[in-house]
Amino acid sequence: MFEFFTDALWSPYVAGAGIGILSCFAFLLSDRPLGCSTAFVKARGMIGKVINPDRISRMEYYREIIPQVDWPFMIIPGIIIGAFISSYLSGRFHMSWVPGIWGAEFGYDPVIRIAVALAGGVLLGLGARWAGGCTSGHGINGSIQLSVASIITACCFFIGGIATALFLFRVIGA
Amino acid sequence: MLGTLHKNKKAQIFLGLLFGIAFGFLLQKGGATDYDVITGQLLLTDFTVLKLMLSAVIVGMIGFHLLRNFGYVQSHAAEGSVGSNVIGGLVFGIGFALLGYCPGTVAGAVGTGALDALFGGMVGLLIGAGIFAEIYPLVKTRILRWGKFPAVTVPELLNLNLWIVIILMEVFMIGFLVLLEYYRL
Repeated sequence: MFEFFTDALWSPYVAGAGIGILSCFAFLLSDRPLGCSTAFVKARGMIGKVINPDRISRMEYYREIIPQVDWPFMIIPGIIIGAFISSYLSGRFHMSWVPGIWGAEFGYDPVIRIAVALAGGVLLGLGARWAGGCTSGHGINGSIQLSVASIITACCFFIGGIATALFLFRVIGA
Repeated sequence: MLGTLHKNKKAQIFLGLLFGIAFGFLLQKGGATDYDVITGQLLLTDFTVLKLMLSAVIVGMIGFHLLRNFGYVQSHAAEGSVGSNVIGGLVFGIGFALLGYCPGTVAGAVGTGALDALFGGMVGLLIGAGIFAEIYPLVKTRILRWGKFPAVTVPELLNLNLWIVIILMEVFMIGFLVLLEYYRL
């Protein structure tokens, strides 16, 4: 039984089914779709409140998505802890600056990798808030609810992602 | 009883943490916190991410609508538009490929020790969310509402019975996964 929890990986079908059940429990117990990108708005607002509280309190977006420690905020620290427990139990935890496929194509210079990751993170944060959700909020939980907007958004995530990845690795990297 | 739980702020903070921990655990076990797995999906060489997401939707869709049928959950599906969902989705996609993680899996990757996810991804996401907060008043009434979709849910769009749509979607998603396995992708 315990080997199951220390296995390096599970079948994606088993892990995915688990996420589907978890999503149902989030609707049931918290009346919320299990999403991740709202937490970054809240965290950004809380950092802003330390630097310039008047300015943050005047901004319309932070009146709609209140910068406070609550359910949507706690998801992100939770994910960090959960993934740490999972990787630690299976002996897979290890510190690294440059992931494998990236390094093989573009070299192992951490500065270049961090710069591109930072640019990607900015676009990801901007796009997620622009579209009103991310891969879990729209992609999984919106699709579960048969939301037209969520299904279209999820398709656009992958259209933009596949086109950019192919350009990056097959055109620039080639 | 569930309504009381939903309004209990302290309990919800604790539940948020628990849901996050379970989600992070499952994402890591499913392989989705690994840069190589996500980038492999975007390069169409590794279909782990789609298998994981479709399995979640296949199980969640039935569970959610059964619970809703008996009044235990309510729908949060909202109106969408080309200006919000298509533009935002494509910008997200470009960032998704450059970073190699999404907002949930970037946090999971941090938990597994990926420092590019911490110092590049998480910092970038905070900046990107901040930029959107700045421009929100400018885009809110114009771009975000441009080209509204004609319906909120798929059954409304197709004018079909909810359970017929669910059965069709389930058959389509399971069929897609069977094809992936058949071609050993």
